[in-house]
Amino acid sequence: MGNIVSLRKVAKRYTRGKEVVEVLHSLDLDIAEGDFVALMGPSGSGKTTLLNLIGGLDRPTEGEVIVAGEHIDRLSGAALARWRARHVGFVFQFYNLMPMLSAQANVELPLLLTHLSAAQRRANALTALTIVGLADRARHKPSELSGGQQQRVAIARALVADPTLLVCDEPTGDLDRRTADEILGLLQVLNREHGKTIIMVTHDPKAAEYARRQLHMDKGALVDGQQVS
Amino acid sequence: MKYFPLLWATLWRKKTRTIFTLLSIVVAFLLFGMLQGVNAAFQQGVNNANVNRLIVTSRISLTEPLPIAQKPLIEAVPGVAGIAYASWFGAYYQEQKNFVFATPVDIDDYLKVVPELKIAPDQVEALKRTRTGLIVGLDLLQKYGWKVGDRIPLHSTIWVKKDDGNSDWPFDIVGTYDFTTDRSQNNGALFNYSYFDEARTFGAGTIGWWIVSVRDPNQSAQIAAAIDKLFENSPDETKSQSEKEFAQSFLKQFGDINFIVQAILGAVFFTLLFLTGNTMMQAVRERIPELAVLKTLGFSDTKVTVLVLAESLLLCLIAAALGLLLASLLFPMLKDYIGAVKLPTSVLVSGAGIAVLLALATGGLPAWRAKRLVIVDALAGR
Ligand SMILES: Nc1ncnc2c1ncn2[C@@H]1O[C@H](COP(=O)(O)OP(=O)(O)OP(=O)(O)O)[C@@H](O)[C@H]1O
Ligand SMILES: [Mg+2]
Repeated sequence: MGNIVSLRKVAKRYTRGKEVVEVLHSLDLDIAEGDFVALMGPSGSGKTTLLNLIGGLDRPTEGEVIVAGEHIDRLSGAALARWRARHVGFVFQFYNLMPMLSAQANVELPLLLTHLSAAQRRANALTALTIVGLADRARHKPSELSGGQQQRVAIARALVADPTLLVCDEPTGDLDRRTADEILGLLQVLNREHGKTIIMVTHDPKAAEYARRQLHMDKGALVDGQQVS
Repeated sequence: MKYFPLLWATLWRKKTRTIFTLLSIVVAFLLFGMLQGVNAAFQQGVNNANVNRLIVTSRISLTEPLPIAQKPLIEAVPGVAGIAYASWFGAYYQEQKNFVFATPVDIDDYLKVVPELKIAPDQVEALKRTRTGLIVGLDLLQKYGWKVGDRIPLHSTIWVKKDDGNSDWPFDIVGTYDFTTDRSQNNGALFNYSYFDEARTFGAGTIGWWIVSVRDPNQSAQIAAAIDKLFENSPDETKSQSEKEFAQSFLKQFGDINFIVQAILGAVFFTLLFLTGNTMMQAVRERIPELAVLKTLGFSDTKVTVLVLAESLLLCLIAAALGLLLASLLFPMLKDYIGAVKLPTSVLVSGAGIAVLLALATGGLPAWRAKRLVIVDALAGR
């Protein structure tokens, strides 16, 4: 299978006043289609920065970012937004759901950008909620759901538009062990049975074990890769 | 519009705050509707004024009488088509607040100069036959439940009757009139000058003002000048104005209504701008993480901007619609004071326009902020 993510000599620098901080140093990375990658490393090593570049939320200072066949470092803001809608599903540590919308409406949000009819949007959202095991909570607001349930809704939202790639930044960082295992099991099912490519940042070695491959970052560079399972 | 549920949910996120903001906009637009309605009704009077007519008053003041002897002199001015007169009678019915604009006229002259006033011919004859006859505007008749044939007293605040020293003038209603071009004038009354002039204790042989119709409205200014020239340096100098100018200067007696209305509304909307703008800004600030998520999901900067503007538009339009609806329900209650019955459509249209401007003004800054929001910074709480 081909690579779905290719980073070539990617550098990211921030300028604070006169001081220039290089957060990523000339980084090369390939991720194959269908892979499940756990990205680990100490706080401040640049994991989120790297993930944001892959997900098209940010642009590199130098180098090329080719994801799903597109040079996304070259896309304009609007084109990049369209590209994200088409190719990437995001899951965050703190779920980031819309508090005033029901689970169903939250999951439907990405579909507003498609040409689907209202009925199709509803049906697809319900399917996504069924996949994450929350079909019976469709009408609930995020405040009426547990943390694990909210994260499932977030995963359903990330899935619903059938993206090429799932990008998760510490998806279990806010959950207890058992709930974390449920969420990680769900991600594993999505990877194994639905063929979703997943890149997940985590601090938790147990969580990383769910992935096929672990990557370690330190001070803005990848240290070594090891194959799991 | 598929974004509506999202907009609606966002708008009602903080219910109390939205309701208070909504209420303050509703009140502002209620005020706008009422004040502009009054203003428009007055301006309507000015606009309905006939360009074919001049109003000739005393140069000294509107209330200073003029001698009836001026009539043939004015009539002889080239370009004058007809002349009639009227006088202040200062009448009220039963109670002081029931002001009635009743004026003594020579009915034949008056109808010639004011042809829009429609009276059945037999009722005109009845007025001429009946010394104390009164022709009543259709609205006035209805207001007090009068009927043709009724005898009613009108109390004059100016004139006392010679025979009994009484200010209550008895009248016999002999007919009705309909002022076809401006129904707001259907609350007056006309009666015989002869009755008035013979019965009053003083002022015999004088009238209040002349109403002069001209053959060619383009000549109005010259004819007005010619009339005034006629009485220059006489004890009864005149001031001739087109009916429109007259209506305008009459309004000015109460102050510059237009200016007052605009000043009040200006202050109200200025305050509203800050209030609503602040609310919107606060709402957007609270929602920065959510807006960042929308952008993450692939909503473009433009789309997010439009959503924020649409939210402010939704709020302003709903509130304006409620306020203007209230105003159009309450406005007819002012009928007795200003004559107009319906809130003019022009007020509703300009109200809608102002609501849009208000929305753009208050939503502009938050929308700009939402547009500029950088996803990674917002997600990291920077
Ligand atoms: N916009 C920015 N301006 C300046 N410095 C930044 C900016 N964004 C990130 N950094 C810096 O880049 C470095 C890497 O940040 P990043 O968020 O990628 O770390 P991380 O590995 O995800 O850490 P954590 O595990 O705590 O989430 C940090 O030192 C951070 O301070
Ligand atoms: Mg991070």
